[in-house]
Amino acid sequence: MSRRLKLLAPLLTVVLLLGAWELYVDAGAVSSLVLPAPHAVLASLFTDRAAIWHNLMPTAEEILLGLVVAAVVALAVAVMLHLSSFARTAVYPPLVATQAIPIPLLAPLLVTWLGFGLLPKLVVIALVCFFPMVVTTMSGLASVDPDLVKLLRTFDAGRLQTFWRAELPSALPGLFAGAKLAAVLAVIAAILGEQAGASSGLGYLLTVTVANLEMAEAFATVLVLIAFAIMLFALLSFAERRAVPWIHQRSDTEVR
Amino acid sequence: MISLERVSRAFAGRRSAGPLTVLSEVSLQVRAAETIAVVGPSGCGKTTLLELICGLQQPDSGSVRCPPAALMPQRDLLLPWLSTVDNASLALRVQGLDRRRARAAALPWLERFGLGGFERARPHELSGGMRQRVAFLRTLLAGKPVLALDEPFASLDAITRAQMQGWLSRILEQEQRTVVLVTHDVEEAVLLADRVLVLSPRPGRVLATIPIAVARPRLRSDPAVVALRAQALDALGSGA
Ligand SMILES: Nc1ncnc2c1ncn2[C@@H]1O[C@H](COP(=O)(O)OP(=O)(O)OP(=O)(O)O)[C@@H](O)[C@H]1O
Ligand SMILES: [Mg+2]
Repeated sequence: MSRRLKLLAPLLTVVLLLGAWELYVDAGAVSSLVLPAPHAVLASLFTDRAAIWHNLMPTAEEILLGLVVAAVVALAVAVMLHLSSFARTAVYPPLVATQAIPIPLLAPLLVTWLGFGLLPKLVVIALVCFFPMVVTTMSGLASVDPDLVKLLRTFDAGRLQTFWRAELPSALPGLFAGAKLAAVLAVIAAILGEQAGASSGLGYLLTVTVANLEMAEAFATVLVLIAFAIMLFALLSFAERRAVPWIHQRSDTEVR
Repeated sequence: MISLERVSRAFAGRRSAGPLTVLSEVSLQVRAAETIAVVGPSGCGKTTLLELICGLQQPDSGSVRCPPAALMPQRDLLLPWLSTVDNASLALRVQGLDRRRARAAALPWLERFGLGGFERARPHELSGGMRQRVAFLRTLLAGKPVLALDEPFASLDAITRAQMQGWLSRILEQEQRTVVLVTHDVEEAVLLADRVLVLSPRPGRVLATIPIAVARPRLRSDPAVVALRAQALDALGSGA
């Protein structure tokens, strides 16, 4: 497929869908209180740009900080679980349990414990995001070829050297894969965190606009969230290509 | 130098089958600076024998005495995030040298190994033969008296393999290391080794030890080489 077609094809899908949506609403099939027309959403994106921009800032801050916290915690936890079989048995099951906690239940509790500020949102985002990174990083750490470990042992490498020279670099692709998953989850987590209690942010804006039946603005807010998620994902993909270029250049002697 | 006395090794097999005996009563003496080739059918325990020599495994019975040995595994296992010079000097880094000195130690060797100009290339930019040379250099630079080479050229095409055999033969002549070379290519064994150890199918036993008293450089077409090759093949066949 040519480059241009690759860019045009998804655009065409979107245009067709939007067109159908516009026609459907314009024909009066549904009330604009339930489903705003695309042109109304676009108009709101422009007229309400100040409010949206103003509320994007705190949400973006939460998401970026939350992701960084989650990545640091995930790397530390994955390394600990990898190096110690005791930690694996003692910590892994409770860790899985944290992922089953329903966020809509937890988020309001966090607000009562930690207040209306940044902290409860960070906790929610970090909680949702760190787990996929732990899992992918651990599989990266474990992906080191056992024969490579043997080779390093004949070079007098101890546990630490093996970790540093072979296992940690092998874990980086996993960390990036997990971070890409987490970036998208972080956006949802931020909204849930804000809806539990906040005085600004896109989640807050969403709560207010939906309550006021300003559906066009609510949809415009969602549009901005989607764009932010895509941007984050693209940024991470770019960083991944820079930091771990070798995952895209596999060449195995066994195949040659 | 290296001394194996009636070494046996078995692995816990699948539940129904019982233990899988891989090596049975293998004895072997290797003198300093000698190159010994180990040939045998696939699965007869050649890699296991090397790992015993390197101290990566312990025998179930018998004894292994061997000075420190560096392994060259069956696959090159170069680290994709390191350049040629950093891959080659990996052992030096592991042993605590800083990056600058490790590179300085490896650089003159790259030239000698025909890798000049590729110092900063990543493994995926190298040909199969070059990768194998880097892997060999990495093992050589570990500075151990014994080199344990596990089918170093098995993954290469015939032409490259022939070139690499000539090349390795020259390097080993200059380097005076004790070498245990595992291969399933009998001709390679005869071309490179001072002695060829022929193993039976699993469980590996020593079928024959054939001294190769042919002056180097050896030619594939040399009648003495051809005769020894036939002798080794005969020994291999007698175990089947
Ligand atoms: N760690 C292990 N656990 C169980 N079985 C093993 C283990 N290592 C090797 N074996 C078995 O021992 C036998 C010999 O293995 P080994 O790798 O030494 O053979 P090899 O002679 O090197 O074969 P090849 O020429 O194919 O490399 C094989 O049948 C293998 O399945
Ligand atoms: Mg083998």
